Amino acid sequence: MPDTPAPPAVGLRETVEKIRVLKHVPPTGFLRTHVFSLDHKVIGKQYLDLALVAVLTGMVLSWLMRFHLAYPDVAIPGLGRLAPTRAAGGVMTPELYLSLMTMHGTIMVFFVLTTAPFAGFGNFVLPIQVGAEDMAFPRFNMMSFWVTLVAFLVLLAAFFVPDGPPLSGWTAYAPLSAIGKDAGPGQGGGQTLWALSIAIFCVGQLLGALNFIATTLDLRARGMTFMRMPYSTWAWFITAVIGLIAFSVLLPACILLILDRVAGTSFFIPAGLVVSDRLQPHSGGSPLLWQHLFWFFGHPEVYIAILPGFGIISHILPVFARKPLLGPKVAVACMAAIAFLSYTVWGHHMFLSGMNPLSATLFSVPTLIITIPATIMVLLWIGTVYGGRLRLTTACLFCLGFISVFVSGGISGFFLAQPSIDTYLHGTYFVVGHFHFVMGVAAMFGIFAGTYFWFPKMYGRMMNETLGKIHFTLTLIGVYATFMPMHYLGLAGNVRRYSAFTDDYMKGSLPLHRFITAAALFTGAVQLIFLVNLVWSRLRGAKAPDNPWQATSLEWSVPSPPPFDNFGGKHPVVAHGPDEYGRTGPEGDFVMQAAPTAGGTA
Amino acid sequence: MCTKHVASIALLVLATSTIAAGPAPAPRAGGINGTVTFTGTPPKMLKIDMAKEPSCEKQHPTPVMTESVVTGPGSTLANVVVYVSAGDQPGPAPTETVRYDQKGCEYLPHVAVMHVGQPLEIYNDDQTSHNIHPLAKANPEWNKSQPAGSPPIKASYDKPEFIAVKCNVHPWMHGYFAVLGTAHFATTDGNGKFTIPDLPPGKYTLIAWHERFGTQTQEVTVGGSEAKADFVFKALPY
Amino acid sequence: MGKLFAVIVAVITAVSAGVFIARVWWLPPDISVLGAGIDHQLGETMIASGVLFVLSQLVLAVFVWQYADAGDGRAVKIFPGGATPMVVLATVLVGIEILVLTLVGTRVWAGIFLSPPDPNALHIDVQAEQFAYYFRYPGADGKFGVPHPELIDDGNGNFFGLDPANDTTARDDIVAASLVVPVNRPVLLTLHAKDVGHAFYVPELRVQQDFVPGLVIPLQFTATEVVKKEIVCTQLCGLGHFNMRAYLEVKPPDQFAQWLTEQAAQ
Repeated sequence: MPDTPAPPAVGLRETVEKIRVLKHVPPTGFLRTHVFSLDHKVIGKQYLDLALVAVLTGMVLSWLMRFHLAYPDVAIPGLGRLAPTRAAGGVMTPELYLSLMTMHGTIMVFFVLTTAPFAGFGNFVLPIQVGAEDMAFPRFNMMSFWVTLVAFLVLLAAFFVPDGPPLSGWTAYAPLSAIGKDAGPGQGGGQTLWALSIAIFCVGQLLGALNFIATTLDLRARGMTFMRMPYSTWAWFITAVIGLIAFSVLLPACILLILDRVAGTSFFIPAGLVVSDRLQPHSGGSPLLWQHLFWFFGHPEVYIAILPGFGIISHILPVFARKPLLGPKVAVACMAAIAFLSYTVWGHHMFLSGMNPLSATLFSVPTLIITIPATIMVLLWIGTVYGGRLRLTTACLFCLGFISVFVSGGISGFFLAQPSIDTYLHGTYFVVGHFHFVMGVAAMFGIFAGTYFWFPKMYGRMMNETLGKIHFTLTLIGVYATFMPMHYLGLAGNVRRYSAFTDDYMKGSLPLHRFITAAALFTGAVQLIFLVNLVWSRLRGAKAPDNPWQATSLEWSVPSPPPFDNFGGKHPVVAHGPDEYGRTGPEGDFVMQAAPTAGGTA
Repeated sequence: MCTKHVASIALLVLATSTIAAGPAPAPRAGGINGTVTFTGTPPKMLKIDMAKEPSCEKQHPTPVMTESVVTGPGSTLANVVVYVSAGDQPGPAPTETVRYDQKGCEYLPHVAVMHVGQPLEIYNDDQTSHNIHPLAKANPEWNKSQPAGSPPIKASYDKPEFIAVKCNVHPWMHGYFAVLGTAHFATTDGNGKFTIPDLPPGKYTLIAWHERFGTQTQEVTVGGSEAKADFVFKALPY
Repeated sequence: MGKLFAVIVAVITAVSAGVFIARVWWLPPDISVLGAGIDHQLGETMIASGVLFVLSQLVLAVFVWQYADAGDGRAVKIFPGGATPMVVLATVLVGIEILVLTLVGTRVWAGIFLSPPDPNALHIDVQAEQFAYYFRYPGADGKFGVPHPELIDDGNGNFFGLDPANDTTARDDIVAASLVVPVNRPVLLTLHAKDVGHAFYVPELRVQQDFVPGLVIPLQFTATEVVKKEIVCTQLCGLGHFNMRAYLEVKPPDQFAQWLTEQAAQ
C-alpha cells in the first residue's frame, strides 16, 4: 500500500455497515413509522407500552387476590357480573383465586419483567450505546415484538374460554397441568392457551436475543471496545445469552405439555392416576421431567429479570454520583459469573421434590456461591456512593432503593438456599416474600430507574421530578410494608397459594394479612402518581436537552429524541470509557465517550 | 208405574247422584305402592371420617356411615328409585324445585330424583366450601364451587340419566341425581316402602334402580285401585 | 432528599429487624428429634444474615446522607483500595459463611433424608388425593394389601383401591383419615399420590415432602410429644388445596395400641 493513510481493512463489519447505510432510509407512512416499524427505538417503546398494559393488568389481579385473602367471605363489587360462575354473588371461589394468581404470576414474570428491562429498554438503548444505527436484524426485531404481542393476546384469551384461566400457577406443574379437564376447573382450554402463549413468547424472545447478541458483537462503533461498553449494554448482552439458552428449553417443554394435553402423549403423566373418579389413560411419563425442564429455564429466567437491572443501576449510579463505578472489570466479571452459575442451580426449586437427596447438596452449593458475585455487586454500588456527590434525582433514588431492596431480597434467598432450612420454609410465604423482593420490587425499581433516566431521550421531554420523588418515597415505604411481613408469615409456617386460611394454626395470621393487603392497595394506588407523570410528561413535559443528566455514554451525545438512524449519518468514534465522571472535561466534571482524546486524535 | 214416572225418578236419581258426585270425575286414577327388599348379605357400610373438615365433623355426634346400601328393618332397602319406564304419557316437567343440600358434608337426600327439565337447586349449608361435581355422561358435565354463604346453584338436566355426584373438595361425599323422563316416580324410604300416586289405569313397566345392586323390572297393571309391586334385590357382600 | 432516604431506610431496617429479633411471628416449638438441628441452622443463618442486613442497609443510609451533593464542588473520592476490598470482603466473609453453613447443614439434611430407615419404624402408607390424605396401617399380618387404582371408590370408603375379596393381605389393612402415631417411635411414611402432585407438611415436625405421582417416596420422623397438629398441603393441587389437611395425633404407646385395635375391629 502507498503512503496514504491505510484505509481500514475491509472486513465484515465495514461491509455490513456500508450495506446498512445504503439501505437505511427513513420510514414513510404512518404504519411504517409508528406501527410496523423496523426502528429499534419504536420497537423498544412498543415493548415498554406492552409491559405497561401488562403490569397494570397484573397489579389489578393482585389487588383482587389480596382483598380476597384479607376478607375471604366478602363480596367484591362487580366481580359477580364479571365472573358469574366463578364468583357467584361476588364472592371469589377458590378456583378463581388460583386462576387470578396463575395469570398474575405469568403476566408479571413474562410480560413485564422479561419485556420491560430487557426487550424494552435494551431495544431502545443498546444500539445507540454501542454506536450503531439500529439492531443487526431489524426485521427479526419487529417480528419479535409482534410475536410477543400475539403471545400476550393468546394468554389473555384464557380469561374468556368457558373453563376459565388455568389455576396451576405460573410454574404449571404436571400432572395437574398436563391431564386436561379432569384435573378440575381452569384446567381445560385455558391451560392449553397458557402453554401456547408461553411457547409463542419463547419464539419472540429468541428472536430478540439473537439481535442483542449480534448487535453487541458486530455493530459496535470504532473504538467501542468491550471494556468501553456501558454496563447496561453488558447486562443486556449477557441477559440475551442466558435467554437464548433458557428459552430454547422452555419452548419444547411447552410443546410437550400441549401434546400431553391434546395428543394423548405421556411425557409428564405416569400410569395409574385416578382423577375425578376416572382412571387416566396415560402411562410412562414423569412429573419431575416437567420440573427439570421448567426450572432449567426458570432459574436463569429470574436472572434475565434482574440482570438488566444490575446493568441499569451500574450505568445510572455513576451519572448521579459523579464518579465512575467502583471496579468496572469486577462488575462485568460478576455479571458474567452470575449468568454462568444461574445454569447450575435450578434444583434448588426441587429440594423436596423427591429427587435423590444428595442432589440437594449439589444444587445448594452453587446457589450459595452465587451470593458472592451478587454481594460484590452490592458492595461495588455502595462503594460508588461512597465519596460521591450524589445528585438525588428520581432515577438516582430508584438506584439507591434498588440496592436496599435487592439486599433484602437476596438475604432471604440465603435461607432458602440451604436444604435443611428449606425443609421448613419451602411452600410458605417466606418464599413469596423473597421472590417478590427480588423480582417484584428490585427488578421494578430497575425499570423505574430506567424510565426516569431514559424518558427524556425517548420522548424529548422531562418527567416531573417532584411527582417522581413522591412516587419513589411512598413506593419504597409501601413495598417494604407489603413484602417484609411475608417473611414473618413464612417463619410461622403460613402456606402459600392458599385462597383462604382455614387451618387452626394459620387463623391467627389474618391480621397480618390484612395489613399486607392494605399496604399492597396503598402501594398500588401510589403508582397512579407514576402513571399521571408518564402521561402528563409525554404531553406537556418540559423539552429535554440532548444531555439533561450530563452523562457520558453515546445515547447522550445525540438529540432527544434521536433521529431515525441515531447518529444522523455520522459514525461516532469512541475514545473513552462509559463512566468518566469526576474528571474535568470540556463540559464539566465528565468526559463523553465520543469526545476526542486530549491529543485530538480519535 | 207409568213410563213418565219412571223417567222422572231416573232423571231425579241421576241428577241427584250427579250433584252428589260433584263435577264430572276423570277416570279413577290409582297408584302403585310396594316394598323393596333384598336377599343375601349386603356389604358393610363404613364409618366416614370427617377429621379433615372440623366444622362438619362437629355436626355429627354419632358416626356417619357410607350410604351406598342403606337397609331398614326386615331386609328392606332404602334409596331405591322406582319409576315408570313405559306406559305413561310424557308430560311437561313439574315446576316445583328439587332441593339438594350439602349439609354436614353430606348430600341430602342421598338420591335426588327429578324430571327432565325440572329445576334443581343446590344449597351449601356448611361453613366450608364445597365443589359439587355431577359426573354426567349423557348430559353436560360440570362442577361448581360454592364458598360458605354462596347463593344456591340452579341447574337442570335435559336427558334421562343416573348421575353420580361427588364433591371435589370432600372425597367421601357421594350422592346421585336420578333424571327421569317421567313424572311418575318415588324413592323408597327407611322402611323400603314407596308409593307412586296418580297413575291412570293401564299397563306400566316399572323399573327399580339401586346404586349398588342394579335394576329390576316389573310389569304392573293399574286398575281403579292401588296396585302393588314389590322388588327383591340380590345383595352381595363385596 | 438524601437525608429523608437515609432516615426511611434506617427506620425500615430497625423495625424489620426488631420484629425478627422479638420473634413476634416465629416457628412453633418443634416436636421432632430433628427439630433442634433445623432450628439451630435457622438461628445461625438468621444471626449472620441479620448482621449483614442491618450493616449493609445502615451503611447505605449513612453514605447517602453523607455524600449527597452539598453544592460545594468538592472532589469525589474513590473508595480506598478500589474494588479489591469489596471482592475480598465478599469472598472471604460470604465464603466462610457458606462453608460453615453447608457443612453443618448437610449433616442436618442427611439426618432427615439420607439416613437408612430405622428397623423399629412403624410403617404407614400415605395417599394424597384431591383434597384429602388417607393413611393405611398394615394390620395384624404386617403386610400392606396391593392397591388397584381402577378399584378406587371414594364414595364407598375404598380410598386405596383395595380388593379384600381376592387379596388376603388387604383384608386387615386399617385405613384412617388421621395420622395416628405413637410418641418417641420412628415412623416411616411411604408417600404416593393418587392424582396430581401434593405435599406433606407439619411445621412442628419440621418435616416437608412432596408427593410425586408415579413415585413412592419414603419419609421418616420421630415425634417427641403427645400432641394433635395439622398436616397441610404445600404443593398446589387444585381448587381445594387450601382446605387439604389431616391431623397428626401423637399418642402414648398404650393409647396408640388401643386406637389400632379399635380401628381393626371396624
